[in-house]
Amino acid sequence: MSDLAQLVADLQEDKVLSEVKARLEAGEDPLAIIEEARRGMQVVGERFEQKEYFVSDLVMSAAIFAQITELIGPHLKKEAAGGKGKVVIGTVKGDIHDIGKNIVIAMLQCHGYEVIDLGVDVSPERFVEAVKESGARIVGMSALLSAVFPSIKETVEAFAAAGLRDKVKIMIGGAPVDEKVREYAGADAVGRDAMAAVYLADRFTAMLA
Amino acid sequence: MTLEEKQEQMFARWLEPQGVEFAGEEAKRAYQERVNRFKDAIQLKKAPDRVPVHPMTGLFPLAYAGVTLYEAMYDYEKAGTALRKYVLELEPDAHNGMFLWPPGRFFELLDYRLYKWPGHGVPADSCYQYVEAEYMKAEEYDALINDPTDFWLRTYLPRIFGNLKPFAKLATLTDVLELPLTCGSFVPFGLPEVQEALRAVMEAGSEALRWVGVMQSVESGLAAQGFPGMFGGATKAPFDIIGDTLRGTHGILMDMYRRPDKLLEALERVTPLAIRMGVSMAKMSGNPVVFIPLHKGADGWLSDKQFKTFYWPTLKKVILGLVEEGLVPFLFAEGGYNTRLEVIAPDLPPGSTIWLFDDTDMARAKEILGKVACIAGNVPITLLTLGTPQEVKEYCKRLIETAGRDGGFILSSGAVIDNIRPENVRALIEAAREYGRYA
Repeated sequence: MSDLAQLVADLQEDKVLSEVKARLEAGEDPLAIIEEARRGMQVVGERFEQKEYFVSDLVMSAAIFAQITELIGPHLKKEAAGGKGKVVIGTVKGDIHDIGKNIVIAMLQCHGYEVIDLGVDVSPERFVEAVKESGARIVGMSALLSAVFPSIKETVEAFAAAGLRDKVKIMIGGAPVDEKVREYAGADAVGRDAMAAVYLADRFTAMLA
Repeated sequence: MTLEEKQEQMFARWLEPQGVEFAGEEAKRAYQERVNRFKDAIQLKKAPDRVPVHPMTGLFPLAYAGVTLYEAMYDYEKAGTALRKYVLELEPDAHNGMFLWPPGRFFELLDYRLYKWPGHGVPADSCYQYVEAEYMKAEEYDALINDPTDFWLRTYLPRIFGNLKPFAKLATLTDVLELPLTCGSFVPFGLPEVQEALRAVMEAGSEALRWVGVMQSVESGLAAQGFPGMFGGATKAPFDIIGDTLRGTHGILMDMYRRPDKLLEALERVTPLAIRMGVSMAKMSGNPVVFIPLHKGADGWLSDKQFKTFYWPTLKKVILGLVEEGLVPFLFAEGGYNTRLEVIAPDLPPGSTIWLFDDTDMARAKEILGKVACIAGNVPITLLTLGTPQEVKEYCKRLIETAGRDGGFILSSGAVIDNIRPENVRALIEAAREYGRYA
């Protein structure tokens, strides 16, 4: 691992930022810097899987990564993000909670996905429209309230009604959302934590390729 | 008085509720039998007659009676009728009362911004939902630490209540000292916009009082018919006080890395306030059980080290501070608490706390906490929402066999129950009677 990747992996915010600034001033390739930072983010994900890191560490890593991309932005000739594909994501109708969803979005972005964030209280129609407009093949739905399980099901059904059900892979998540809810709603997969969304998206991408 | 005597005294008050005229000897016997069932489960001295059952209801009593949360928040009598119907027909050992359905007009009068509620951002039959944001900024830790009440009054309240925005213009009241150093602090009260805000406060106060009157009469009425309420008061873990509605989830998680010392200082600062909150409510109501919903200390959010550094020390102080006054903290550990059991167990005063678990291994919870604390839970909300009554009963039966062994257990749902099939709540309550007998 390079020094920068190591610093990112260890969540050394101040050191990461001064390192990135120094390298940019020295005229290093901004894309190479981003690549190193991403490798650090992969280590963060692995440490999370091994229960060495927790949601708090993911949130911190995402904040560090966001600052790196901000520093690098003006030095890039063209957009570097979104290498892996698009994910449409939102909190389902009837629910306005977005903490979990936002952590998932940050992790997907750090790991190279372009995320179309529909926000909260998203109707089935808006999910379907967003997929039609963007051509995304992966959909993520978030729910914190058990009362909105029917909204998840209705959204899955809306994709079927629009003839898109086999064009998209649908993952769901949120505190009360488990395998039983996945089965009830007819989604493709359930993710129980923030990194699960990244691994599910990777798996979907491989299946869709 | 020893701690034990203080606790006995509080239980005695719960057993003989002030101002309640029992409907008859049978109602009084039923009421005391229910309270004693909880008392035995909590104190761990002997097993109760059977497992007490307390479904952790949110909107369920309303849904059961066909009343929306909107109607309940604007028509208190209707809410009361719904609560009575649920309690009298399903006969749980304790109920959650009306505190989860507070008065809508009160929030309107103050233009409350912290939550959306039915008719104000969410549909009539939905639950109110918190609007996550940084209501306290990172650079405001010193203001909070130096004078929490002043911070609440002049910074926090103006942010969460649109109609109290003029309170930001108030002066600090601790400047009121000698005769010539007095009048200045009152000048802002002369401003027309501050006076308008004060009028809103008075109207909101009248509405809150009206609501409390209905709530007290409904809840005493239920006690008179033999049904105790579960909670005498409520408070929160200091980390959740700062993390939920002041700094927000994102804010407090970052603060652990960026300004750990300030965060620790602030946590210590709000700890006595959290104790005061629980103690004053419970002492007034005469019911020792203090509800403490736990949020950000659950499995996965914080590392073990962060939990031991930032979350547990001040929560422990709150628990001990309440127990010191003869009270019984009821900790609602939403999410998983599997990795926290070993941390909390050694610090708990025996026979003085209830832990309601959700996604926690109940056999392990019993093994690790069983000798010091009453555990409660944990019929999964997904099973209650999507399963059959038979499946619910089977789960309860297995749960009682493991977690309920030898007492020290309350049968409950793992999460808050809103709109689900009534048969499943009925199955949960019946399971305690069918499978929960001791001796």
